[in-house]
Amino acid sequence: MALRIVHYINQFFGQIGGEEKAHISPQIEDGPIGPGNGINAGLGDSGEIVKTIICGDDYFNENAEDAKAEIKEVLEEVEPDLVLAGPAFNAGRYGMACGGVAELACDELDIPVISAMYPENPGYEMYRNYAYMIETSNSAAGMREAIPNMVKLIKSYVKKDGKLGRPQEEGYMPRGLRKNMFTEKRGSTRAVEMLIKKINGEVFETEYPMPNFDRVAPVDPIEDLANTKVALVTSGGIVPDGNPDRVESSSASKYGEYKITEMGETAHGGYDPVYANQDPNRVLPVDVLKDLESEGVIGELHEIYYSTVGNGTAVASSKVFAQEIAETLINDGVQAVILTST
Amino acid sequence: MKLELGKILIDDVKFGDKIEVNDGVLTVNKDKLIEEVSEDSRIESLDIELAKPGDSVRIIPVKDVIEPRVKVDGPGDIFPGVLGGEEIVGLGRTHALKGVGVVTTGEIVGFQEGIIDMSGPGADYTPFSSLNNIVVTCEVDNDLAQSEYEEVSRMVGFKAAKYIGEAAKELEPDEVEIFEHKPFPEAIAEYPNLLKVGYVYMLQTQGLLHDTYVYGVDAKQILPTLISPTEVMDGAIVSGNCVSACDKNTTYVHLNNPIIKDLYEHHGEEYNFMGVIITNENVTLADKERSSNYVVKLAEQLGLDAVIISQEGFGNPDADLIMNCAKLEDKGIKTVLTTDEYAGRDGLSQSLADATPKADAVVTAGNANQTVTLPSMEKVIGHQKFADVIAGGFDGSLNEDGTITVEIQAIIGATNELGFGNLTAREY
Repeated sequence: MALRIVHYINQFFGQIGGEEKAHISPQIEDGPIGPGNGINAGLGDSGEIVKTIICGDDYFNENAEDAKAEIKEVLEEVEPDLVLAGPAFNAGRYGMACGGVAELACDELDIPVISAMYPENPGYEMYRNYAYMIETSNSAAGMREAIPNMVKLIKSYVKKDGKLGRPQEEGYMPRGLRKNMFTEKRGSTRAVEMLIKKINGEVFETEYPMPNFDRVAPVDPIEDLANTKVALVTSGGIVPDGNPDRVESSSASKYGEYKITEMGETAHGGYDPVYANQDPNRVLPVDVLKDLESEGVIGELHEIYYSTVGNGTAVASSKVFAQEIAETLINDGVQAVILTST
Repeated sequence: MKLELGKILIDDVKFGDKIEVNDGVLTVNKDKLIEEVSEDSRIESLDIELAKPGDSVRIIPVKDVIEPRVKVDGPGDIFPGVLGGEEIVGLGRTHALKGVGVVTTGEIVGFQEGIIDMSGPGADYTPFSSLNNIVVTCEVDNDLAQSEYEEVSRMVGFKAAKYIGEAAKELEPDEVEIFEHKPFPEAIAEYPNLLKVGYVYMLQTQGLLHDTYVYGVDAKQILPTLISPTEVMDGAIVSGNCVSACDKNTTYVHLNNPIIKDLYEHHGEEYNFMGVIITNENVTLADKERSSNYVVKLAEQLGLDAVIISQEGFGNPDADLIMNCAKLEDKGIKTVLTTDEYAGRDGLSQSLADATPKADAVVTAGNANQTVTLPSMEKVIGHQKFADVIAGGFDGSLNEDGTITVEIQAIIGATNELGFGNLTAREY
């Protein structure tokens, strides 16, 4: 089956103009334009670019919501099988726009996306989850390699009915997506074989390349604690009796918002719950903070606390919880937070 | 230390008048077995049922799985310090009933853990679905402290496995494997030109339902120490934990530690397998620092060139794993790590809670957050109501039609970090 494809490109590759045209809003053209011509020709019976969306890089980055809404309308109308974006090479704003389009298509509309850019383009790091991205050189001089590589990936996508293989085998850059599979050899055998290769100085492939961690720099100390409103937030799972929101014992998909007078038990499945259940202040120290409040050491203890379970909970989920909690706390005039973990 | 491990292959289990093995069929007298393991006055009720490969049976929540073994020759007894005396084991001859598991279940403590499906898609994720399981359901008075309940249930499992193992004592094994752990000067002299390799065996010790016992000693209390691989095969290490069942080592897995087995495969050819360092995974930073420092010290005392480090559990113990790795690599001792992943249900999050660029050789047993839907089973042994609250379950896990949607985290042994299974994960 030939795919119906929509191609997203910027004003430059859309042959409208350079920086002076970077402000243009999305324009829709029938068929392929610019690099799309080469791709379309290479695809043969595998697919066809039916529409091209051309958008100025400044417009997309400065009016992201408007740009996405306009592009979304087009995609909903055309209902393509696949969205292409780029190649963006090392053009940062273009890469971010390609990534933004990928997020929109993949996340909101469930349309798969193939893109191409230089590995150091910020659009890759930011949006790699949403598209299969071909690695390109850092300038448009690499167009001659980029187009056949994109064509090859699209053809493979068609041939394999969307079930693309691993990055190395298909030629796209890793997406940070971990997928389970059964292997022929058990884990212990693979470990011993890896050990033999490592001690012999032979090449081996780790099964899990170490992630790069966010390192959060501590903020400056609070100078005037006596006039500071403090809140408690915990990943130790302290919830009211009966766990009314059913916060999971592991791999939490949610957090709870409760009054500090409602502490009852822990929902956490990753530590011995006996002592926390006997006295939840051991995990969420409301008693001590109430004392400090009455002694005037802190200005005020916020009457609401937030709680989730840190046990096996995905970092991505934690980030979402934290953003929401932080926003609410700021709106409630909270100036400092004590985070307790277990 | 030399141990002959005789394997008696069992392909069916049934109830009958007496305990015996005939042509690969293990017969168990149910009433006698109940009597043997029920003497603890804290037990309120105890039942034994059978669950065989392919049966439409779900066992939930599973506490432990144990392989029946018996000492035939040599000092001490199976599960030394727990059931046997204080003799050092790992010498002489031991027989094992292969293909049999003693599974314990009951209302246990805190969050209830572990699913074994004997058929269907869930069976693919647990190594224990291929065993002929003798399932002990043990209940106690509700007023009993949770920690005591855990102990009762744990001991019932060991007693049952030991009692059943006795049936193998006089039998002629189908196979005999010989494992030897020599005194260090001899071991070094035997293969002077090979690199010296060890195994750092991390034991879960985070507290109630997260404990491991070595010769009956709570491993939270130990300094890292040396153990002979053959001692492990005689039950010197037993499980006291089951929370987040996918990556906790059941006693069965300790007895059959696959890293030890596979390290022996190439011993004397590719390297000189010198032995095993056991260490713990305590929760305080001071404990983590001390234990990892001590592991490095032992590795240096042995003159090791490289080690495999296996983790048990996830999250907090990731810190122990990474400390062990980084400190050993800093001393020039090469490491391979075996772990599993918590990359989120969508597989998009970072998989470990700690990391170091020095961990460049990692074997993964898969992403424990992946969800699976388990069909309803004709029979449930234990308490299916716990599907919503076990680690890996969530509100709505147990559907009205008896199907269960859970993360594979809830399936016992699914992502075992000793590399017992074939599940893994790769980046896409």
